[in-house]
Amino acid sequence: MTEERSAGLAARIAALPLWVRLVALAVLVGVPVLLSKWLVLILLIALGLWPITVLVGLVGLALFSIPRGGWPWMRSWLGARLRDLAIPLLSIFTALVIGALVIMFTDAEVYAALSSGQIVYALRVGIQNVAVAYGALYEGAFGNPSDILEAIGRALGGEGLDPILRAVRGPSDSMVQSVPYIFAGLAVALGFRAGLFNIGAEGQIGIGWIAAVIVGFSFRGLPMIIHLPLAIVVGAIAGGLWAAIAGFLRARTGAHEVITTIMLNYISFRLSEWLLCGPLEFTRGTCRTQEIAESAYLPRFLSHPVTLHWGFVLALAAAVAVGWFLFKTTWGYELRTVGANPNAARYGGMSVTRTWVLAMFLSGCLAGLAGVSQGLGISHNAALGFQAGYGFDAIALALLGKSHPAGVVAAAFIFGVLRAGAARMQSVAGVPTEIVQIIQALVIVFIAAPAIIRAIYRFRERRREDIEAEMAVFSRGWGA
Amino acid sequence: MEDTSSFAIRMEGITKRFPGVVANNSIDFAVRQGEIHALLGENGAGKTTLMKILAGLYQPDEGQIWIDGRAASVHSPRDAIDLGIGMIHQHFMLVESHTVAENIILGLDVPRFVLNLEKVEREIAKLADQYHLLVDPGARIWQLSVGEQQRIEILKALYRGARILVMDEPTAVLTPQEAKQLFNTLRSMVAEGHTVVFISHKLGEVMSVADRITVLRRGEVEATVQASETSRQDLARMMVGREVLFRVGKRESEPGDVVLEIDGLGALNDKGLEALRDVSLTVRHGEILGVAGVAGNGQRELAEAIVGLRPVTRGQIRVDGEGVTNRTPREVMDRGVAYIPADRIGSGLVVNLSVAENLILKCYRDPPICNWFFLDGDAISGHAQELVRAYDVMTPGIETRTRLLSGGNLQKLILAREISSKPALMVSVYPTRGLDVGATEAVRRLLLEQRDAGGGILLISEDLDELLSMSDRIAVLYEGRIMGIVESQEARVEALGLMMAGTAPEEDGGE
Repeated sequence: MTEERSAGLAARIAALPLWVRLVALAVLVGVPVLLSKWLVLILLIALGLWPITVLVGLVGLALFSIPRGGWPWMRSWLGARLRDLAIPLLSIFTALVIGALVIMFTDAEVYAALSSGQIVYALRVGIQNVAVAYGALYEGAFGNPSDILEAIGRALGGEGLDPILRAVRGPSDSMVQSVPYIFAGLAVALGFRAGLFNIGAEGQIGIGWIAAVIVGFSFRGLPMIIHLPLAIVVGAIAGGLWAAIAGFLRARTGAHEVITTIMLNYISFRLSEWLLCGPLEFTRGTCRTQEIAESAYLPRFLSHPVTLHWGFVLALAAAVAVGWFLFKTTWGYELRTVGANPNAARYGGMSVTRTWVLAMFLSGCLAGLAGVSQGLGISHNAALGFQAGYGFDAIALALLGKSHPAGVVAAAFIFGVLRAGAARMQSVAGVPTEIVQIIQALVIVFIAAPAIIRAIYRFRERRREDIEAEMAVFSRGWGA
Repeated sequence: MEDTSSFAIRMEGITKRFPGVVANNSIDFAVRQGEIHALLGENGAGKTTLMKILAGLYQPDEGQIWIDGRAASVHSPRDAIDLGIGMIHQHFMLVESHTVAENIILGLDVPRFVLNLEKVEREIAKLADQYHLLVDPGARIWQLSVGEQQRIEILKALYRGARILVMDEPTAVLTPQEAKQLFNTLRSMVAEGHTVVFISHKLGEVMSVADRITVLRRGEVEATVQASETSRQDLARMMVGREVLFRVGKRESEPGDVVLEIDGLGALNDKGLEALRDVSLTVRHGEILGVAGVAGNGQRELAEAIVGLRPVTRGQIRVDGEGVTNRTPREVMDRGVAYIPADRIGSGLVVNLSVAENLILKCYRDPPICNWFFLDGDAISGHAQELVRAYDVMTPGIETRTRLLSGGNLQKLILAREISSKPALMVSVYPTRGLDVGATEAVRRLLLEQRDAGGGILLISEDLDELLSMSDRIAVLYEGRIMGIVESQEARVEALGLMMAGTAPEEDGGE
């Protein structure tokens, strides 16, 4: 339905004269770019005040539904969305509950109280701990809504934007954290679609990061319009070539990419250690490169402490591009066919081995971009131990997003939220960030094994074919 | 009414629903002690479902089961074994690298820990002797032919004390001679007091071996009849629900130029052993060359070698005079060769993609589907809609995932894609295997139309009736060699059967 409509629209657009289309494109791209600062600010506020955003969305939906039959249409639309979201949402909820128990029962004070028999007191302390920890988690990820409202009031009163910027730091951090997750998740998802299990995103991130940073500090004096794209492209290609080694080995020798990407990870870790503490080290003993030139910075939308940068837009664009590539191009079709049934692909006259190499290269490019966005957008250098596990989380993320670009973006955002919240939880409540890793792991376990959630919440069994389809996505990834 | 205790199996009001379909709709089914009872029906009629319920693999939603006159609840295969029911599946459940004896005791509790294989082997030999089932208990499964493997499955059931034997399409993988041998075994088992239920959709064998026949159609019992009181026509009508033409109306062929020429072809199988030895044959435009043979005698390798999916070690392949030996599948395809693979789901289709996406598998690089590098969504759906309509593919829509289609529609989908490319040569392997009567008729008609339009067809099949009715000439493949090529009008089933078993035709033709 929607595709037909959009196809009709595409035909109508194609019928317009070229100059009209170019002007329209310039306006469609140019205006948001010029207004990016304000758009991002609104986005961050909307995120911080998400309950209001949801309400506004519902009202909008209600207005939208009126010409379509009103409530029955809206109910079925919402029902469909809720059915899709029920398992993920309940998984997150359940994981948070279990995480709460872990927080309660790993606290020394709670133990002391329990061992002296003060169970009620122990429970009270435990619940307080959880409340503080999760409060901090929320605030780290979404900010404090009353602060945001107050800051908006002060800004309207003429006090400038600074209070708002401070108040929306949480939402900004969530988005910033989700940027490398989107890239890396897309990388793994693209591999899955081709039937390849790219465990090596972590290593490819590192390679892409270092390559982009090298370009960033080597070519000082270049104009930004050349320097920045150059650094981005070099970083992406470096990650891509690194991954293509595994694709090439698979195609030529049959060496399984799971093994080779894991090994390439180790090589890249050691390689970057040697580079960062050796040839690339700038100040002795720091194991860190020099700062990149400002012309290679991924610009930030707003000023301190909002660090959200253009990498975010790049990541969303990459998600759209991956979706378009997979579903609208011949190479994408080949890639999905090879991933779903290599025998049929061969029978259809496709070169399976070429597709493997190509898929690994593209997957590596995306992973490389995760490193690029961190290097050019956040750290502006490369330092020892910089990858921070995005590449490994990305595997879970791609599963969570069912290897679909939109799913990956959503899953990346969940991970970004948890990661941003975790940092604050540790600093404010003293609860280690590892708790968040437990929660992330549990979310994945529940989503990978939805039977658990269905059993806990007594869902009716879903249709067999849905489950089969799901299994196909999950099991295909092993490339066996 | 008969005394219930004379029934080995009585199933009453059995209903089993799967999402979207009622596989069995309040079925009443009864098998007498010591008879061979055939369960006949088209694919998807619910035969296998009913028997899987009996064997404890499925639980019925409604209905009751009596075994030997006693109400029984079969909740698991273990229960079924305890009740004396042994099921032999279409696909054998044997461990290839284990010996016969090891396979037979697989899953049994009896040798609790210490394994006395010699004792087991003696017992098996005795049992085999009793039922004239020739096997070597020490042989490993991979060394055995399909017919022998089936005997192992029967022995396995007997060793577990089965008195009721359920066989799911047992003759699908056998030569006519092996099938005859199987029927002899079944008769001797019945003589020993066993009861046999056997599932089939082949009318001839049902008529020749069964005492009584129950016909299922669309999950319901159509009738239960004495084999002696019915005919093939009647059975076919009950199965399909209308009159069936057994012989497809076929015009005289008008062979033209040679389209496929194979000369001294050699190729290896997946295990690296010689699968084709010095195969030479030709197919003309407007001709169907049938290839007969028991599965695993090089048919798959022959087809794959022609279409470029398998390296050729010796010899030449020419299509319309141009050499295509060891070219890529793409290059062979571009010379007008279409291919209907034996394994629809494994290599003919991508079942996780949509119907429309499967229909462009061979033409996604060409305009109008593809515009330089971009797929044209409108062209793809137009193409799909046209083919789905023209070839009468039953699908909810062109965006439907292909895995949800039935076997017959999967095959129509492949045919639609392959024929629409207007091929000069069509290599089709087991094109009607597993299809019900209606779909089989449709597929055969499409192949004949393709022939009459001037296409050459290499038809590889296990079904001799099909080969005799469809082909203009028949080649018999045995252990990778061509045993002989005969005009199909002059061919006799017995002679073909002998060649399929490796006996070269006698000089005088055996007339």
